Amino acid sequence: MKAFVYERAESPEAAVAHTAPTTRFIAGGTNLLDLMKLQVETPETLVDISRLDLADIEDTDEGGLRIGALVPNSDLAADPRVRLRYEVLSRALLAGASGQLRNKATTGGNLLQRTRCYYFYDTASPCNKRVPRTGCSAIGGFNRILAVLGTSEHCIATHPGDMPVAMRALDAVVMTLRPDGRSRRISIHELYRLPGNTPHVETVLEPGELITHVELPPLPAGVRQLYRKVRDRASYAFALVSVAGVLTMEDGRITTAALAFGGLGPMPWRDSAVEAALMGQRPSPAVFEAAADALLRHAKGQGSNDFKIPLIRRTLIACLHELTGDTQ
Amino acid sequence: MKFTINGHTHHAEPDVRTSVLDLLREHLGLTGSKKGCDHGQCGACTVLINGRRVNSCLTLAVMHQEDDIVTIEGLGSVDELHPMQAAFLAHDGFQCGYCTPGQICSAVGMLDEARKGWPSHVSADLQAVALTGSEISERMSGNICRCSAYPHIVEAIAEVARESE
Repeated sequence: MKAFVYERAESPEAAVAHTAPTTRFIAGGTNLLDLMKLQVETPETLVDISRLDLADIEDTDEGGLRIGALVPNSDLAADPRVRLRYEVLSRALLAGASGQLRNKATTGGNLLQRTRCYYFYDTASPCNKRVPRTGCSAIGGFNRILAVLGTSEHCIATHPGDMPVAMRALDAVVMTLRPDGRSRRISIHELYRLPGNTPHVETVLEPGELITHVELPPLPAGVRQLYRKVRDRASYAFALVSVAGVLTMEDGRITTAALAFGGLGPMPWRDSAVEAALMGQRPSPAVFEAAADALLRHAKGQGSNDFKIPLIRRTLIACLHELTGDTQ
Repeated sequence: MKFTINGHTHHAEPDVRTSVLDLLREHLGLTGSKKGCDHGQCGACTVLINGRRVNSCLTLAVMHQEDDIVTIEGLGSVDELHPMQAAFLAHDGFQCGYCTPGQICSAVGMLDEARKGWPSHVSADLQAVALTGSEISERMSGNICRCSAYPHIVEAIAEVARESE
């Protein structure tokens, strides 16, 4: 690990004063320290934010929840309100990592988790995400776990998270504090950036900008929710593909649908065309196939990850059967 | 820097890069916690920090100066075994023993989580959780045993869970 200066922030305002691009905030550290040991991340300064007062979960006036950025994954998954009202979020969190890691990993940090692309981790290989303009080793390389949607000729990395997939299905809002002292609200749909020709830039956050909270809007009564993760082993593995689904039905028709996907793209994926194919429809295999067609209309396999395309089709259809109570 | 480990105060001046695991093993001579992968994947380094199980290899010592750290050495002794240590012996929950301190610390933390009613990935109902064998396996998936003593590890943990009900 490269040497760095360690500082402990006494307040969020003191934390965001650190705007150098070589500075990293550290909270749980489960992803950052892993990357620092391999010298994938080499910050000159680490600002410890773990003691800031951002670890509460509060009800909002609108009937939703406001989650502090430092709430550990395990506490969020076990919170009685999350279990009762946002089952998809509990399920997604519990499908991720291990008990030990969930005890440390935080809400804000999990949103900013880095890809597990083998070449991003291998400092001997070119990688545009790790070192801009060096090339992408994954294209034409080992890419079984990598993306089939939203890729570019410069990067085919996947976002590895589960929690952020559920948060996209829940229309979460990310609240931040900026270096100028102002806060802003960023829809989770606007938080992440596609790789394009700058895959090292993953979000719209500015240097020094600190995630302070994540807000979940209320869900309608009678909503159906699920999170399904397909992976190489039954526990403690990243998703090959995953689906977060939040759906309402009335008189046998789908009235609202929010579907987000993990393992497919460089960000937790959501596509309004999928939902448009479902809205107002009576559940049927043909309707579900149409939703899968919409999701995959731009899908592009890279060779060893081609299997993800039929895999997510089948997984999505199975989830839609479960969510609509139509077991065919 | 001052650290509280197994109820005792320790003074050490580790480099800020030092993990809690390296603090324990290299600076304080507490070699019960083991280094397996050093990347949070194997669980051999599991300790309890403020009562919660964590991977000591993936957190910096400098971040834990105010915290209460408990290692395998603090759970029990040769003369006075912790119930989880006794159960691992009774059920032969190991072969080579390298993962065992992490398994035991993790199991102690895990049972506390289950007592608080925390659900897991395999819980059919998020509101009501019974600690079955498959629940124990899922909750212990962050601890790898390359000798594959898993059936006996699960039996040992299940016995402690039953006795502490």
